[in-house]
Amino acid sequence: MVGTTQYLALGAVLFSIGVAGVFIRRNAIVLFMCIELMLNAVNLTFIAVSRSLGKIDGQVFVFFIMTVAAAEAAVGLAIILSLYRRRQTINVDEITILKW
Amino acid sequence: MEQLLFWLWGGTAVVFAIMMILKRNPVHSALCLVVVFVSLALLYVMLGAEFLAAVQVIVYAGAIMVLFLFVIMLLNLEAEARSTGLPRTAFKACSMVGAGLLLLLLLGSGAVKALRSVLPGQAGGVPGNTEAVAELLFTKYLLPFEVTSILLLAAIVGALVLAGKRD
Repeated sequence: MVGTTQYLALGAVLFSIGVAGVFIRRNAIVLFMCIELMLNAVNLTFIAVSRSLGKIDGQVFVFFIMTVAAAEAAVGLAIILSLYRRRQTINVDEITILKW
Repeated sequence: MEQLLFWLWGGTAVVFAIMMILKRNPVHSALCLVVVFVSLALLYVMLGAEFLAAVQVIVYAGAIMVLFLFVIMLLNLEAEARSTGLPRTAFKACSMVGAGLLLLLLLGSGAVKALRSVLPGQAGGVPGNTEAVAELLFTKYLLPFEVTSILLLAAIVGALVLAGKRD
């Protein structure tokens, strides 16, 4: 029997890897992948806690998170596409139109 | 046995997540992320969430990652990859990722029998938890479920407005 703590630790490790990826990568698409990884780490946490509480509500929440992730990926990739059309780059260090 | 499977799939997820953030080529990162998603789906099965495991493979590893790969290829980022890595190393990385996926699939299919004995409440051949999730989704969480459809509609319209040709 694998304890809930182990799943929570795995979720924490995966989330931290996602955060590290957001910090060290400068490619906008890879940043989005890191965000997806973080969402998945949270999903794992939700399912583990749902099992330990003996309730299935957590799994329904994971279902909603997956839907939101799909919508977020679609809109985010559309933003990246239109950004690339205008600036010919998706390096987030070069995209500074909101800075002054 | 369950401990072994946890460490195997959890370890795979962590290793490929680290590889994902270290790979220079975005296509390699995407393939590593697919492996992470598949091993997470296997962990979901161990947690007794078969429905979400299936959705994870279909929606994440299938739909979302294909979307990512489409955009990577549309943006034509291969020039960057060519300057940073030799085709030989790219080939090596590809075969490594492929071998990793194959290993996962083989282990998964070989471990089904072992899984059946460790799964909670699955011994008597009871169908998975899809029914329970559906029941909750269509009763207690009916309103959020309907709002989700509006969210998806908004996402479709937003993606079309943002990425469509304007002129």
